[in-house]
Amino acid sequence: MANVSEGQQHPVKLYLQVWGWLFVFSFLSYLVDYNDLQGIWRWTLVLMFMMIKASLIVIFFMHMFWERLSLVYAILLPPLCLLVLVGFLAIEGEYITLLRDLYLGR
Amino acid sequence: MADHTSPERPQPQNTGWQSLVDDWSSDRQAFKVSWGKAMMWIFLLSDTFVFSLLLIGYMAVRLTTPQPWPDTGEVFALTVLGHEFPLLLIAIMTFILITSSGTMAMAVNFAYARNRRMAALFILFTAILGASFVGLQVFEWTDLIQKGVRPWENPMGAPQFGAAFFMITGFHGLHVSIGVLYLLIVARKVKRGDYDRSGNYEPVEIAGLYWHFVDLVWVFIFAFFYLL
Repeated sequence: MANVSEGQQHPVKLYLQVWGWLFVFSFLSYLVDYNDLQGIWRWTLVLMFMMIKASLIVIFFMHMFWERLSLVYAILLPPLCLLVLVGFLAIEGEYITLLRDLYLGR
Repeated sequence: MADHTSPERPQPQNTGWQSLVDDWSSDRQAFKVSWGKAMMWIFLLSDTFVFSLLLIGYMAVRLTTPQPWPDTGEVFALTVLGHEFPLLLIAIMTFILITSSGTMAMAVNFAYARNRRMAALFILFTAILGASFVGLQVFEWTDLIQKGVRPWENPMGAPQFGAAFFMITGFHGLHVSIGVLYLLIVARKVKRGDYDRSGNYEPVEIAGLYWHFVDLVWVFIFAFFYLL
């Protein structure tokens, strides 16, 4: 952890670099749509760019890189529970779709 | 425990609610940051869950709807110089929000450098970018409402598209709008020299946390709702 004299003060150069990368990755994810990629490539690229952008914002713009671990874990670990909910609802969704296929003959 | 008093920490004398407050506040501290920052982070964590539930709900209805889901690339396309760009409106909104995140980071830096004028200016600039984002969102909503999309129906296919669209983007737009107000208030306080007098510019950083969070949520909405 860096020594922070007053608040979170960091080199402007770092912010500008992060800013630049955010633009690059946003543009790349737009290109995915522009070139109409489909299937596994679309999912992989979109999710990858999304995670990179989200990480850049949290780590540098929201200063998580310089915060103490007690705060970092208190904030970043609880949202992982949401993955359980995603899993449940994905299974549920498949099941409902199956039921509709079976009984509603769509 | 009544008979278990330690010399260095005398038992609180209060009863009822006050005793509860005493117990939770008696010099015990887990986060070595100011209360303002800790509370903003706790709020953002709760907000993370609200937005996640909206997005996960959207996933659930999209998985199960028997009707076709509209192609967002076409729905949000713009025609520029006779060429139709898919999703261009949303791309512009994304770039505006990222730009505003950058200006906010600069504002926090200027604030800690005690450059009052530049800090206020950059916060104001951030607020203007936020307001223009909301403006484009109004344009987007008007367009979809004119196409007949409602929270309960959608002429282009699955009615759940309307519900998810208005709920998710509406809730995010509300956050941006409140953020603009928040930033304007902070900008005024910076300009007026409130933080010079208190000697603490952390409120600017805390406002920045909120603003970056709004941008962060948009990253997920952009990917899940518009791109996938």
